[in-house]
Amino acid sequence: MSPAAYVFLAVILFVIGAVGVLVRRNAILIFMSVELMLNACNLAFVSFARMHGNLDGQVVAFFVMVVAAAEVVVGLAILMAIYRARRSASVDDANLLKY
Amino acid sequence: MILHVLANGGPGGTNLDPLYGKVLFWILAVLSVSAALAMILVRQAVHCALMLAVVMLSLAVFYAMEGAPFLAFVQVIVYTGAVLMLFLFVVMLIGVTSVDALKETIRGQRLWAGLAGIAFAVLLIVGIGHAAIGTAAPTTSAESTDNLTGLAQLIFTTYVYPFEVTSALLITAALGAMVLAHRERTSPKLTQREVARRKIQSGQVAPEPPPGVYALHNAVDLPAMLPDGTTSSRSVSNAVVERDVQLSRHPQAEITSDLAAEQRIDTERELEAGASGKGEAQ
Repeated sequence: MSPAAYVFLAVILFVIGAVGVLVRRNAILIFMSVELMLNACNLAFVSFARMHGNLDGQVVAFFVMVVAAAEVVVGLAILMAIYRARRSASVDDANLLKY
Repeated sequence: MILHVLANGGPGGTNLDPLYGKVLFWILAVLSVSAALAMILVRQAVHCALMLAVVMLSLAVFYAMEGAPFLAFVQVIVYTGAVLMLFLFVVMLIGVTSVDALKETIRGQRLWAGLAGIAFAVLLIVGIGHAAIGTAAPTTSAESTDNLTGLAQLIFTTYVYPFEVTSALLITAALGAMVLAHRERTSPKLTQREVARRKIQSGQVAPEPPPGVYALHNAVDLPAMLPDGTTSSRSVSNAVVERDVQLSRHPQAEITSDLAAEQRIDTERELEAGASGKGEAQ
């Protein structure tokens, strides 16, 4: 398949992830949607790398994976801390700054 | 077929038979998009994580098809292996109550999110459709070596500075997770002697009775049946009870509606009554 097909697939996955971030109320599920968006970006990077015939895009995708792993670790730790304090993982319940 | 794809994964694309590539692409594209859609629609957090695993594994095959076997393996090992397992651990820890709320806090949020998503998709697709995305470029001499060697050369020459910064990022993330997940102990740790004393004082030294797994049914959420025909709620773990409530199951009601069990209890009671009556008559 041509790289364009992969890029369009990446676009569709990215949009689904974005809608997931907007729709879901549970922080874990929002995180999963963000992961989906990052994966879609990686797919686009790899496709662009193939399009240009060099490996730079793959290196960028590799770095994105590393940063995503770090982000997930810290994010889930924050989530655990919030859950411990509020007994809930819903983003609607974390409203302490409101008052 | 996947091994075939991986074996042929050169830097500038694969030497895969184009028909194979097309068929594999369409199957996996449909699979990954439907799994992604299911991920944002399914209510249970665990099901979401499994759907995400499907998407990530199909992306790994896409990477292999696009001449990135190293990224395909990293995708499986790091994403599906580590990140998703981390997600599953947290889902299990926060688990039982992590069903997404159906109530909308902002009115019409879902509708507007869907519309915004469609608009965003149209925008991106039109934009990319106008961009000139050519066919795969032929391999140049720089990356005529295999994928792994080429990547290593790039990472340790051009991208060596970001690579070093990445190590600082990872250490910071690990420390941050440790700090955030750490909980101060507010009371001294119980010694073994105190634990034993507390156990004796509580009045129950033996463990709780086991559930009625093999008595009537083959499930741990059914309470044990006592000799008098009643059931003991202490024999079922609290976590299992919580799960039954969440799934709106009523194993207790099931037991009383179980005709065979009822009949057995009745006949046993009659026998008992008969035996005791006979004893009194004598």
